[in-house]
Amino acid sequence: MLRAILARCRQGHRTMAYPKAPQSLPPRFRGLPHLDAARCDKACRVCAESCPYGALSANGTLSLDMGKCLFCGECSDVCGHEAISFTTDACLASRTREGLTVTSGEVYRPATALGQELLRLYGRSLKLREVSAGGCNACEADTNVLSTIGWDLGRFGIQFVASPRHADGLFVTGPVSENMRLALLDTYAAIPEPRLVIVAGACAINGGPFKDHSEVHNGADGLIPVDLYVPGCPPSPLTILDGLLRLLNHISWHDK
Amino acid sequence: MSFGMKTFYNGVSFSRSDIPLLDNDTFFQGILDATAHDWRVCTYFGVPSASGATLYCVMASKSSGSLAIVATQVGRSFPSLTEACPQLHLFEREIAEQCLVRPEGHPWFKPVRFQKPLCDGQGFWSADDGAGLLPGVMDFYRVEGDEVHEVAVGPVHAGIIEPGHFRFQCHGEEVFHLEIALGFQHRGIERALIGAPSVRTMHLMETIAGDTTIGHGQAYCMNMESLGNIFAPPRAEAVRGIALELERLANHTGDLGAIAGDVGYLPTASFCGRIRGDFLNMTAMLCGSRFGRGLLRPGGIAYDCDTEIAENMLQRLQTARKELTQAISLLWITPSVMARLENTGMLNEPVAREIGLVGPAARACDLNQDVRRDHPFGIYRMSQIPVITAASGDVYARALVRWLEMERSLDFIEEQLQQLPRGGGQINRPLGVAAGKCAVALTEGWRGEICHVALTDDQGCFERYKVTDPSFHNWTGLALALRDQQISDFPLCNKSFNLSYCGFDL
Repeated sequence: MLRAILARCRQGHRTMAYPKAPQSLPPRFRGLPHLDAARCDKACRVCAESCPYGALSANGTLSLDMGKCLFCGECSDVCGHEAISFTTDACLASRTREGLTVTSGEVYRPATALGQELLRLYGRSLKLREVSAGGCNACEADTNVLSTIGWDLGRFGIQFVASPRHADGLFVTGPVSENMRLALLDTYAAIPEPRLVIVAGACAINGGPFKDHSEVHNGADGLIPVDLYVPGCPPSPLTILDGLLRLLNHISWHDK
Repeated sequence: MSFGMKTFYNGVSFSRSDIPLLDNDTFFQGILDATAHDWRVCTYFGVPSASGATLYCVMASKSSGSLAIVATQVGRSFPSLTEACPQLHLFEREIAEQCLVRPEGHPWFKPVRFQKPLCDGQGFWSADDGAGLLPGVMDFYRVEGDEVHEVAVGPVHAGIIEPGHFRFQCHGEEVFHLEIALGFQHRGIERALIGAPSVRTMHLMETIAGDTTIGHGQAYCMNMESLGNIFAPPRAEAVRGIALELERLANHTGDLGAIAGDVGYLPTASFCGRIRGDFLNMTAMLCGSRFGRGLLRPGGIAYDCDTEIAENMLQRLQTARKELTQAISLLWITPSVMARLENTGMLNEPVAREIGLVGPAARACDLNQDVRRDHPFGIYRMSQIPVITAASGDVYARALVRWLEMERSLDFIEEQLQQLPRGGGQINRPLGVAAGKCAVALTEGWRGEICHVALTDDQGCFERYKVTDPSFHNWTGLALALRDQQISDFPLCNKSFNLSYCGFDL
């Protein structure tokens, strides 16, 4: 018992300050893309052609759909004009599918808060049911991390619960394999209304690395209405947390 | 025990015409004889043909350090060897599901993943109207009797974990039998790999099991390098080894924390939950991704470990080792924890050997096997890592083996960081893929042996790329470990194995 108390003292208080203070990420982290079409050679489409999933378009200007992007960095590696780079900004979530597109010369606006009525209901207590529908366990693992002491999601009143009956919303990871489609829809139906849907990871948004396999549905978008898109492969826990906090108005859209 | 099989070492490729195509009797009897002696089956799979399938069996022998492959052609059915050689039982079911050839006399003939076959035709378990089966809908083994009840769990579980369906046959709290139905995560990876490699292939490899990005990525790189007839630079191999051990550390730390959580011991649970993140962040320091995405590529590594990173990582490792040792040692001195870990979820050595268990779960049953030593690859050909075993085969043994492995991994990474070979990390020339070849790569992921087999056609594309995750060997072990246990101990037993759903489902 004494050793446990001693260990507790030595391990100390380790919960991060975010969102009160910024959370630093490793320099090689690939977050919000920075696109600068002014540097482009207009005839050059090597970046767009290098993307295995068609996330990038280079038709006069540059735009990148983060819903399709695996953040592999291939496009910035092949670009000879330094027109594409990935910053360490992890505030990427969006309320709409189109909102995930980053365009050269435009400021990216992350997710906005829920409307007044939903904020009144869920602003201080949001219970989520997670369903992995073909996820590779990376999104799942980095969602789980939010409940550890370092991130402590509970301090915002957000909690992952064991039953859809206890939940206010659904948190989906994975490309929605055909073999999980029914279970996902049943879980959604079992959540009382009004219910939120959050999709996390390139898979759940658009199929991710498994896009267009006949065994998957290219994500939950289209099967159920989505309230928050969290891009990444997998999203950093910070991207997920930031998205949830913006949804619940703990961070407003212009805060970075 | 040769029966004409082609023997070779881990990580090489050879012409497909070198694979002995045996007659059925020699092939099947040969596998039985070999597995009765020194050989284990790494993978056993089929390639559909017009009249049936060609079956390939890859085996490993620890004493000679070599691998072997044999093949045979079968029609619409082949004899099941499962009764005599239980480690084949899932492989034979998989062959049936993928290639539509029936293992005659299989004692447990059921779907594996509820997937569409790799060839045209109707699966054995399809409904009469041609519709596919619903996942998890099959004849489960049932124990009858007034006092026996059945508990069904999943596919959606209480925590944030992947889906699977579990059927327990219980007498009160006691579990008579557990049957596990998987396939919910099936994403069609092997089908997508037919005709590869393409620009997408590496991404598929990294997401076969997202928590084993490096383990599977390394196996794929080894195959691509042997098919392209190049060697990754020594510096790349060292960094790959560091990444593989970081992956092991992160997952073992997380699981030991989860085991502590499942027995209600919160100090270790919360410390480990955080320290796991420290290891993931070290991988992110290397390549930007906590799971090692984008670090490995055929021909080397995409991110170098420069002096600054190496020094920073050494410092972080020192802190992590201190905090981890403190967190884990609490487990061994707390009687209420040890009482729950000891004699729970027992598997004995003969059973473990019979079902072909791999990885820490096998080593916890006193099976002294580890790909890093027995069939060394990459940096492990230069730097050995000691193999840890334990004898009791219970949750305690699996927890202990994992902790002792972590200590060795920490030593290994520290050593590698201090002696990183000079030179570049990447071979900068396009990689060809040789036509008509077979390449086999084994790696030791944190769950155990990962096996990738590539068969290329005359264009240098994959005619078949077979992936075998350690979980494919080990799920049966979890089911057997639950026998005669309290059903309330299931989460604890499950965590001690922590098998992959998506790695199994592919």
